Amino acid sequence: MEEITKPLTGLEKEEEYFINMGPQHPSTHGVLRLVVSLQGEIVKHLDPHLGYIHRGIEKMCEKDTYAQIIHLTDRLDYLSAHMNNEAICLIVEDVLEVEVPERVKYIRTIMAELQRLNSHQLWWACMGMDLGALTTFFYGLRDREHILDIFEETCGGRLLLSYNTPGGVMYDLHPNFQQKVKDFIKYFRKKLPEYDRLLTGNVIFQNRTKGIGILSKEDAINYGITGPSGRGSGFSCDIRKKYPYSAYPYVKFNEILREEGDSLSRYKVRIDEMWESMNIIEQLIDNIPEGPHTAKMKPVLKLPAGEYFQRVETSRGELGVYIISDGAKTPYRVKFRSPNMCNLSVLDHISRGAKIADLVAIGASFDFVIPDIDR
Amino acid sequence: MKDLWIYDFTSLTAAIESWLESTFPPFWAVTFEMVIIGLAFLLFYALTGLILVYAERRICAFMQNRLGPNRVGPWGVFQTIADFIKLLMKELVRIKEADKFLFNLAPFIVIIASFMAIAAIPFAKGLHAIDFNIGIFYIMAVSAMGVVGILLAGWSSNNKYSLIGAIRSGAQIVSYELSVGLALLSVVIFSGTLQLSEIVESQADAWWIFKGHIPAIIAFVVFLIAATAETNRGPFDLAEAESELTAGYHTEYSGIKFAFFFLAEYMNMFIVASIAVTVFLGGWMPLHFWGFESFNHIMDFIPPVIWYLGKTAFVIFLMMWFKWTFPRLRIDQLLTLEWKYLLPINLVNTVIIAFLTMMKWHF
Repeated sequence: MEEITKPLTGLEKEEEYFINMGPQHPSTHGVLRLVVSLQGEIVKHLDPHLGYIHRGIEKMCEKDTYAQIIHLTDRLDYLSAHMNNEAICLIVEDVLEVEVPERVKYIRTIMAELQRLNSHQLWWACMGMDLGALTTFFYGLRDREHILDIFEETCGGRLLLSYNTPGGVMYDLHPNFQQKVKDFIKYFRKKLPEYDRLLTGNVIFQNRTKGIGILSKEDAINYGITGPSGRGSGFSCDIRKKYPYSAYPYVKFNEILREEGDSLSRYKVRIDEMWESMNIIEQLIDNIPEGPHTAKMKPVLKLPAGEYFQRVETSRGELGVYIISDGAKTPYRVKFRSPNMCNLSVLDHISRGAKIADLVAIGASFDFVIPDIDR
Repeated sequence: MKDLWIYDFTSLTAAIESWLESTFPPFWAVTFEMVIIGLAFLLFYALTGLILVYAERRICAFMQNRLGPNRVGPWGVFQTIADFIKLLMKELVRIKEADKFLFNLAPFIVIIASFMAIAAIPFAKGLHAIDFNIGIFYIMAVSAMGVVGILLAGWSSNNKYSLIGAIRSGAQIVSYELSVGLALLSVVIFSGTLQLSEIVESQADAWWIFKGHIPAIIAFVVFLIAATAETNRGPFDLAEAESELTAGYHTEYSGIKFAFFFLAEYMNMFIVASIAVTVFLGGWMPLHFWGFESFNHIMDFIPPVIWYLGKTAFVIFLMMWFKWTFPRLRIDQLLTLEWKYLLPINLVNTVIIAFLTMMKWHF
């Protein structure tokens, strides 16, 4: 990737050659439209156009009760549905000073880590597919299916879980849950090295990602790049470590940090996070305390007037929820600080001078979920 | 045993020819011959295309933990036929701003290029349409014509993705043509002829990949890589990279015109596999080892057509294997691979082979 330093001459000066990547394009994973200005195959700059899947979720939140909002947060980053739910629940529990049972904390953490695993598996599948290795897609989905089955048994849903409620979780765990999770961890510990054998070690894959889309630590902080993408640039931003919630204070795990900041380091951070997620689940799964699966809550939840903020670590970074309440049963204003929106903002900056194929690799390494960008 | 028609087609074809010549005036005899050969090739072309599409889908499904087509007919064997009927009945989308003449012409150029190349391939002893004295040269020249169709398709579609795909494809095919040519040249030097039937005959005792020491193996590997690149397949499918360019040069094509591109891709794969087999793996010659007389004798019982098709199927399987395993290269990496690695290796290799042949060190 070299910088374009020479001034443009002749025709290119007058007329820019641009292509529309999206709204319907195989590698944007949704209805994201990137207007890419090109010089030959080299990206001069790009301009994300948003709004194709805008559903006004923040506005809809203003007329729903707190228990109802949870179901809307599923639809933000649908691959981190559980963590999104948790953010709202944590605010309500915090403000109303509800004592959440220990069992709930454990269940929430296990579910969140399973969700993170599931999300990273799908990301790995799509990353390979974007780079042209179609087989990875099926390997990733094969393993993801096991997690979805576990979710289905306990939560009822496979993708949009809506499992958290203010004060606890919707249902108690299914009797098979612990055994199935243990079986899955055992199975996936064998399968994860297969991912490395198929894709990580491949020369073509390394050439396609090493040194591509380098994001410096300063830029990561300036643009607010969080999650695995930020940690791939050495920006220590794991909310689970910095502001622990639920059962995270009880477990030992490493925050994965890499210094290179290129697409390959973002890739490796995610692969290592899958190992860490499995470690977290293994520490918790045998120690789930007995007790009720939800605290006693009032039928109508009213937050006292004021402004509240809570953040959680989703699979793609930091989700911040900011609620202004005027004391009614519905919030006055809700604002989501969604990780993908901030991650997208840096795409133009780091993909200048890259080729079209690199742009696809960079996009894949950031793992965008478009409904989270548009909301 | 050797007189049976299945082992030697020369007597059969000669019999048909003499019958035609004795029954009809010379002009009509030649015309009928051409019609028969043309029909046979058309049938072969369609059949091979269908089988290859089905095979690809089954093999990739096998590699991806899937079942693949399994509903239409036993094991889904009629799936591709059903697909082609669907494609035949589909509407041909007309594009307003496209260059209509070139847009319609492009798929035909692509398919004719692959069709012409088949004519020179020796399927078995005496089973080839034309036996040129410049066979390899002819196949290379004809199959390189396909790039014209691809460039026309990309240019005339009036679509930026198509254009980028066509430009990529042009750069790619023109570059890799060199490696293909040089790799084939190595065996031409060994055998001292461009005629395909003679190259096959020269491998009666052992195939060139065994006879030519390590340089022949290098040439074979280089040929396999370059040929895959030339058919726009596998890790080199930049021209239609679906995650970057949606479908590249054939984005705007629909119905039967798309089917032409699709079929041509598979037939090109068949053609490069057959060239690899003919030149490096002994064509329709059975597998022989020096000194194993009884083994060689048993191998002789397997008809040459089976040998030929079996070896071709093996090479095609290799090409499918790495298509479904590797990620795609980037355009500059693709050209670097050709100009900085394959071409120098190939040039040195050719010189070594020339030296070996001069000293008569090959078997």
